[in-house]
Amino acid sequence: MVKGMRKKILVKEEYCIGCRLCEIYCVTAHSQSKNLIRVFRYELGELAPAVIVEEREYTTFAVQCRHCEEASCVRACITGAMHRDSSTGAVYVDRDKCVGCWMCIMVCPYGVIKRGTGSNKVASKCDLCLDRELPACVENCPNEALVLTEVNE
Amino acid sequence: MYFNFTESPVPDRDFRVPSGCGVVGIMHQRRRLFSGETIIKSIALMRERGNGLGGGFAAYGIYPELKEYYAFHMLYDGTLEKKEAEDFLRERFEIVEDEAIPTRRVKEVKERHLLWRYFLLPKEEALIPFESEEDLVVDTVMHINAHIKGAFVMSSGKNMGIFKGVGYPEDIGNFYRLDEYKGYIWLAHNRFPTNSVGWWGGAHPFGLLDWAVVHNGEISSYGTNRRFLESFGYRCTLYTDTEVVAYLVDLFVRRFGYSPRTTAKIFSAPLWQEIERMPSEEKQVYTALRTVYGGALLNGPFAIIVANSEMMMGLNDRVKLRPLVAASMGDFLYIASEESAIRTVCPQPERVWSPKAGEPVIGELVREPEVQKIY
Amino acid sequence: MAKRRSTADFVLERDDYKCIRCLACVRVCSYGANFYDERENMVFTENRKCVGCHFCEAICPTEAIVVQHNPLAIRWNAHWTSEVVTDIMKQAETGGVLLTSMGNDKPYFTYFDRMVLNASQVTNPSIDPLREPMEIRTFIGKKPLSLELEESEGSVALKTQIAPQLKLEVPIMFSAMSYGSISLNASKSLAKAAQTVGTYFNTGEGGLHKDLKEFGENMIVQCASGRFGVNVDYLNAGAAVEIKIGQGAKPGIGGHLPGEKVTEPISETRMIPVGTDAISPAPHHDIYSIEDLRQLIYAIKEATRYKKPVGVKIAAVHNVAPIASGIVRAGADFVVIDGIRGGTGATPKVTRDNVGIPIELAIAVVDKRLRDEGIRHLASIIVAGGIRKSSDVIKAIALGADAVYIGTAALVALGCHLCQKCYMGKCNWGIATQDPKLVRRLNPEIGARRAANLLRAWALEIKEILGGMGINAIESLRGNRDVLRGVGLQEHELEILGIKPAGEAW
Repeated sequence: MVKGMRKKILVKEEYCIGCRLCEIYCVTAHSQSKNLIRVFRYELGELAPAVIVEEREYTTFAVQCRHCEEASCVRACITGAMHRDSSTGAVYVDRDKCVGCWMCIMVCPYGVIKRGTGSNKVASKCDLCLDRELPACVENCPNEALVLTEVNE
Repeated sequence: MYFNFTESPVPDRDFRVPSGCGVVGIMHQRRRLFSGETIIKSIALMRERGNGLGGGFAAYGIYPELKEYYAFHMLYDGTLEKKEAEDFLRERFEIVEDEAIPTRRVKEVKERHLLWRYFLLPKEEALIPFESEEDLVVDTVMHINAHIKGAFVMSSGKNMGIFKGVGYPEDIGNFYRLDEYKGYIWLAHNRFPTNSVGWWGGAHPFGLLDWAVVHNGEISSYGTNRRFLESFGYRCTLYTDTEVVAYLVDLFVRRFGYSPRTTAKIFSAPLWQEIERMPSEEKQVYTALRTVYGGALLNGPFAIIVANSEMMMGLNDRVKLRPLVAASMGDFLYIASEESAIRTVCPQPERVWSPKAGEPVIGELVREPEVQKIY
Repeated sequence: MAKRRSTADFVLERDDYKCIRCLACVRVCSYGANFYDERENMVFTENRKCVGCHFCEAICPTEAIVVQHNPLAIRWNAHWTSEVVTDIMKQAETGGVLLTSMGNDKPYFTYFDRMVLNASQVTNPSIDPLREPMEIRTFIGKKPLSLELEESEGSVALKTQIAPQLKLEVPIMFSAMSYGSISLNASKSLAKAAQTVGTYFNTGEGGLHKDLKEFGENMIVQCASGRFGVNVDYLNAGAAVEIKIGQGAKPGIGGHLPGEKVTEPISETRMIPVGTDAISPAPHHDIYSIEDLRQLIYAIKEATRYKKPVGVKIAAVHNVAPIASGIVRAGADFVVIDGIRGGTGATPKVTRDNVGIPIELAIAVVDKRLRDEGIRHLASIIVAGGIRKSSDVIKAIALGADAVYIGTAALVALGCHLCQKCYMGKCNWGIATQDPKLVRRLNPEIGARRAANLLRAWALEIKEILGGMGINAIESLRGNRDVLRGVGLQEHELEILGIKPAGEAW
């Protein structure tokens, strides 16, 4: 287990308004053009959001990979594609290694790993947008229902 | 003839006139009398600070033989106004003595007014509706200044008098023959009003009872202060911001009996952040003073010197936006806009200092055998 | 065809090229105005349902939506305006009183906009608030006319006991808005902002929700004609108590919270059964005259052991000055005057639009009346009703107010777009609603931050103006009508306001 500061996305269920903008911005952030309208028109085929808004009656909340300490997906992965990055402590998938067995999808307790729409490989899995200052979903949540925190472990 | 309206004036009795100025106060703390020459010399050095549109003096201890009586220095436009004012005075006072204020011809001073002084004794029956003699005097001054057009009370204290007019102060002093008077406290003022014509009554010092105030600056809180004073029965009608200072000192020192120091701390209140740091009892006092007397806070730039028969106090605004220097030499206390004005009459003072923003310089009379105190 | 539908107030324009079918607008509209047609793969809007709250416009990620006034509502007519015609149509249909919300929106004269402020030039230096201290702390409560001091050799002791005071770090408070009329998250936002900035919010007449108890030191509790949630603990829970006689949006009218809005938590705070109507009578039925008010004031003072200021809120009506004087003489520590622009959660339109007087005139006459009677120090004056910006605050204080209450401005900071539909309880911004799905849209952390920002911004602006006038403490502004000049006002109006026309010197 990696020690030190780890980024985590905190889900404040009580403030989620169910607008699903997090999904849209997640897709866009992981697109080629990074442009909402172009993504919708030309690039949607391959992409799916890594954050999912769950909805039931009055309750809605957005959830993405929790980067679990005891990550079942990492243990279940037969090729080592699903792995924990030693520097950030986050769980990533290496698309080259993935053979599309979907064991990770089976074992994920949160249901936040999805298969690709174009291929059999695992397509979407939250990467915490480590290349950005703030994850796209956090940055664009209009009600701050998603908050980035740093946890010291 | 006392009228000389060659130009068409906008007399500053109709407007409040912001003005820049020079001020001086000299006090002998053991009541030794000295002639007006000293202060004339001192204020004359600061000629730069005025523009010839107002100069004036206050002198304490000048009428020792008549010290039991209220000395009213009056300014009249003409004889009709004089008669009207005298009729009013006679209703309330016995006029023990009256005469023209002696003047000499000075070419720089264009005299326009009839100047008269009275020594008054309040009538028993006139006192009935008032709490004290002083209240009667205050009411009389307010009435004349507000309601008798063309008559103006320059000063109304015992054993003191205010001499003022339009001109440079040294000329005004010469005009009033101040070299012939001897007093233990002298205030002087050199005025730079920012309108076209000065009115004699608008010159400083401003007086009420034995209070005299000279002031350099502008009281930006005038509207609030006037409103505060009105709730205590003062009527501010003269549109000179200095009058609020005179009334406020009268209210706090004479009517409420506060010390000059506490009064100064109401005028130039400590900042809230300073109050926060005070020990709890002091903090409570100052919080209360600011909460209750917020309307008496003097805001805007000012350096004032206030005197009465017992003391002289110099005070700056809370940020010290106008100059004020103090010095002492033996029993003499000097307060002036500029150090040079002090050194010209007292070349080697024992101590010279520049009072901090909002910190009063207070000179009180020394009662033998007590030691002199300046804080 | 006399029976017809009224025309839509708004038109929602959607740029189909920009629309990415994310359906956020469909999901968020509580009025159901936006809908998606799967077969057409298009998002449409039923304009008649749109209230103009602009929530969908705010949330649309591609700025594909623009909400506009319906440009061709009816043929233009200066007298028979589209509003008049629409109102007649609605009444012909329903036969009922027209309801509305928020403050009077009619083009009455706003005197604030006809008064200009002064600044220093040459004769006194202006003060730079970034470099010099600039004090705007304000105390609300009864003040003695003078203080008795005991002075001895350099030390001063206070002999007079000062009545309890509210200490405001900015002369602005959040006016009474009940839990019920606004959501708990809205209340929490204001409570937290008041705590952060060092001022007060007001519970309104809806009682006190347990989540707000922790903000007691920054809270004024209200006691209105319905007495909902009022008991001794409630009275003692805040820093002051306010007796509400009237409010600017509906002088002479009570309140009515329909039973369907009285949910479990509302029932708990209002202390009435779930589902019953919460009716605030028009008058307090124990106050039919001024002497009755005095009894209530002192009953509350007794209940709070004379430790809290007790104030009275009235709407500004023609007789506001003598009424305020009576209230002060009845023992109130502060008087709140709410002008004709004051807001509300629900009011008959006819009342909101026609009853009361502008707050500027009310401040001037009340302050003058209390000063003329020599009782101004006995109570602070808090004014409300249409305070929109920092300059309004400055002008109100220069006219003689001690502090102001803001309601609408605070709600706008929380997102309100003044659609005036609070009474429907479907506020998309999560403010004037109890629908849990909508309430959660107002994150109180964001709300508190924004409301506090508004107060901070206004405080900075007030300091700028004070500095420009060469004044460094707000005490010197209070009642300093010399700093105001009227532009385009008639002589009699100037006289009532107690100010000179622009162009006249001191």
